[in-house]
Amino acid sequence: MERLSYTLSAPIPAGGTKPRAIVGVVASGNLEVLLERALAPDLCTVEIATAAHGFAEIWAAVVADFVARRAAGGLRIAINDGGARPDTVALRLAQGARLIAGDAA
Amino acid sequence: MTPAFEPEALSWYEGSARQRIAALVDPGSFREAVGPEERATSPHLALFDLPEQFDDGMIVGQAAFKGTPILVAAQEGRFMGGAVGEVHGAKLVGLLRAAKSLALDVLVLFDTGGVRLQEANAGETAIAEIMRAVVEARLSGSRVVGLIGGRSGCYGGGGLIAGCCSALLVTEQGRIGVTGPEVIETNRGVEEFDARDRALVWRTMGGKHRYLIGGADRYVDDGPEAFRAAVRDVLAAPGRLDLATLDAEQARLERRLARFGAARDATDIWSALGVAEAPAVPGLSTQAFRAVALGRESAHDAR
Repeated sequence: MERLSYTLSAPIPAGGTKPRAIVGVVASGNLEVLLERALAPDLCTVEIATAAHGFAEIWAAVVADFVARRAAGGLRIAINDGGARPDTVALRLAQGARLIAGDAA
Repeated sequence: MTPAFEPEALSWYEGSARQRIAALVDPGSFREAVGPEERATSPHLALFDLPEQFDDGMIVGQAAFKGTPILVAAQEGRFMGGAVGEVHGAKLVGLLRAAKSLALDVLVLFDTGGVRLQEANAGETAIAEIMRAVVEARLSGSRVVGLIGGRSGCYGGGGLIAGCCSALLVTEQGRIGVTGPEVIETNRGVEEFDARDRALVWRTMGGKHRYLIGGADRYVDDGPEAFRAAVRDVLAAPGRLDLATLDAEQARLERRLARFGAARDATDIWSALGVAEAPAVPGLSTQAFRAVALGRESAHDAR
């Protein structure tokens, strides 16, 4: 298992009030993303545990792109990866950001 | 503007465990226990350098069903084939014990290939503990209803647990068994069972066959509304488990074995049950199938 960790400054704070959200499953070519509202609104951390070793550069690029373009401020994000492609990762991150932007039930 | 997820359009077969729960119970009523944020992950998978899932493939909690509190468990069949490990199993044991102390009914959304090989001993122990907890919950008056229609079916220890339930609801895609097709072929050869023959697999272990031979109580369509209607139906019936139930069940199974024990293929059994065109059964619509299934073997409470 390769473990990666990124801390980024986030230009857009996450909307809504939900404390957390989870999307995806850990399966071949898939991943799960757990998002928790736990940080200052201008910060975002992403921790990744992945079965596919040696792709840190691509992870860094996908994560940086996500934080720059989506409402990720204030989120602590944890990922369990089953070897998903970068486009799948980007999609799940976007789903997660959309999901947590809703209001708490 | 926002293309919202439509729960009623969910295919049970295609959906995730979380989507199934959300679509089944009263909207927004599900409260998860030991959720993913607690990170109660498997203590074994890291030894094999395998990825973990935050909920270990088992989602448990309380919800409302038609306004009544109920406990719900769902297996995520896409994570390790829904296989039962130590934490996965412990969460279901805890839920079933809660059912007993809270006097609530339980819905178990099965989707499993059986015990997780990487934590085999812990998984086998978990299966035994779950079966005990199911029986104890039922003895105390709770009903434990199994819903089966996921990709991984309900195999191995999952099949054993299903056999302990008060009632089973199954779709055409749902499969119930203990030893799965590939395992039979591996151990007994392709002449005994060709696991690549999907038609053979489904007519031997699939929902229609299980319903016909009394291995399942309700045959339902692959969607939340069909499951909701069937759940409401079986929860309205009295749930009881006592010696008389078990004696009747034993007698029923002996009768079934005497009647069908020599059958070479499921179609022989269907013919014996009075189905005129047995080979046509897999192609029948739900409505047509229910009509030909009127002469099916009954499914008693204890199965």
